[in-house]
Amino acid sequence: MNESLTCDVVVVGAGMTGAACALYAAREGLDVIVVDRGHVAGGTTGAGEGNLLVSDKEPGPELELALLSARLWRELAGELGRETEYEQKGGVVVAETPEALAGLEAFAAGQRAAGVTALGVTADRLHDLEPRLAPGLAGAVHYPQDAQVMPALAAAHLLRASGARLRTGRTVTGVLRGPGGAVRGVRTERGDVHAPFVVNAAGPWGGEVAALAGVRLPVLPRRGYVLVTEPLPPRIRHKVYAADYVADVASDSADLQTSPVVEGTAAGPVLIGASRERVGFDRSVSLPALRALAAGATRLFPFLTRVRALRTYAGFRPYLPDHLPAIGADPGAPGLFHACGHEGAGIGLATGTGHVIAGLLTGREPLLDPAPFRPDRFEEAR
Amino acid sequence: MNPLRLVRARPKPAFTVTVDGRTVEALPGRTVAAALWAAGVTSWRTTRGSGRPRGVFCGIGVCFDCLVTVNDRPNQRACLVPVRPGDVIRTQEGTGHED
Repeated sequence: MNESLTCDVVVVGAGMTGAACALYAAREGLDVIVVDRGHVAGGTTGAGEGNLLVSDKEPGPELELALLSARLWRELAGELGRETEYEQKGGVVVAETPEALAGLEAFAAGQRAAGVTALGVTADRLHDLEPRLAPGLAGAVHYPQDAQVMPALAAAHLLRASGARLRTGRTVTGVLRGPGGAVRGVRTERGDVHAPFVVNAAGPWGGEVAALAGVRLPVLPRRGYVLVTEPLPPRIRHKVYAADYVADVASDSADLQTSPVVEGTAAGPVLIGASRERVGFDRSVSLPALRALAAGATRLFPFLTRVRALRTYAGFRPYLPDHLPAIGADPGAPGLFHACGHEGAGIGLATGTGHVIAGLLTGREPLLDPAPFRPDRFEEAR
Repeated sequence: MNPLRLVRARPKPAFTVTVDGRTVEALPGRTVAAALWAAGVTSWRTTRGSGRPRGVFCGIGVCFDCLVTVNDRPNQRACLVPVRPGDVIRTQEGTGHED
């Protein structure tokens, strides 16, 4: 059935970022419609671990956005109750060698100066914090601000709380333009959605949405796998990862990189990451990647050798060349706002992103300076 | 109609397994879930949160609702695991692990 709809803002993408944009825009009094060709959390959001991390971010604009987002997540968790499985479990970054520990401590010192709580943990106290860690680790840094949500639940509940009209199973096939090139909504294969503002929250497909509006946004997919164990009683208390994860996140290599990231979930299974590869939208199962994940996780937590992995899933992180998201207006298409390219940090950064976008839509002073996230920053090199 | 007759199946002789200590017959080629259903058992797990009953939901290995303990190994998908003579099948409570 075709239907023609009108609203103040149409958000393209019913993932975590789109949900947060819808929520905060609605709270500014805007009438919001969210469209997605799939279903809620059917893309990158449903393929992640739901991490809300400050621990893996160096001082700079992304960390500022993460700290703002962490505050907003705490507020939302208070409002939505247990629905999102929000848990401020804290992160523990472990160093396997004294050299790695020295690097980690220097990294943490910089983060502390930027407002992150980072507590040094000596090797002899490590097992008080996380009893099942392997012996012989050099030390760790504990980040109590790190938290986790169940991302698909979180996206669904934020959408519900927003009151936005949701149109899933509807592919955006064009961006409507008016006189002077201003955006007038989107065309879908089941009717037009008219709106003076369009928010591109299409994650790794954000470049395709931008192209429909005749502008360029160089978002590309970076594949990752998550290995899921059988459900267990609570055995891993924090999000635990090795110090080399931070270097992998910031790396520009296209090759397979893995660093162990291990955490329990409210539902029982342990989630094991994290791999990064630039192979396009290739969903096929990669045994070398899964083997490397399992090997890394059992190195940190030897008891996992006796636990069965039940399944695995793959997802595509949307990355931009400088590893920062695109948040803000696109000067090439007045009325078009981008909110994508958060790479592996999109669940955590969604709330701050949504809040900033809502502020830009209504002319309210944003809670942080969005200039470093300007979507047109890649055009300067031309 | 009896499903065996429907597909003109001629299964090999039945063998026995135990379900929570009770001996039941199972036909070769069936999954644990099919054997349990054939024995009239439709629920063999309780959920981790609120202890609600669970059995087969999707039946094709996707939903992980039918987890069961077979031969002391918890969290196996009853809909995928072939039943074998002498299997010791037990109702699984919560994660199937102690503590």
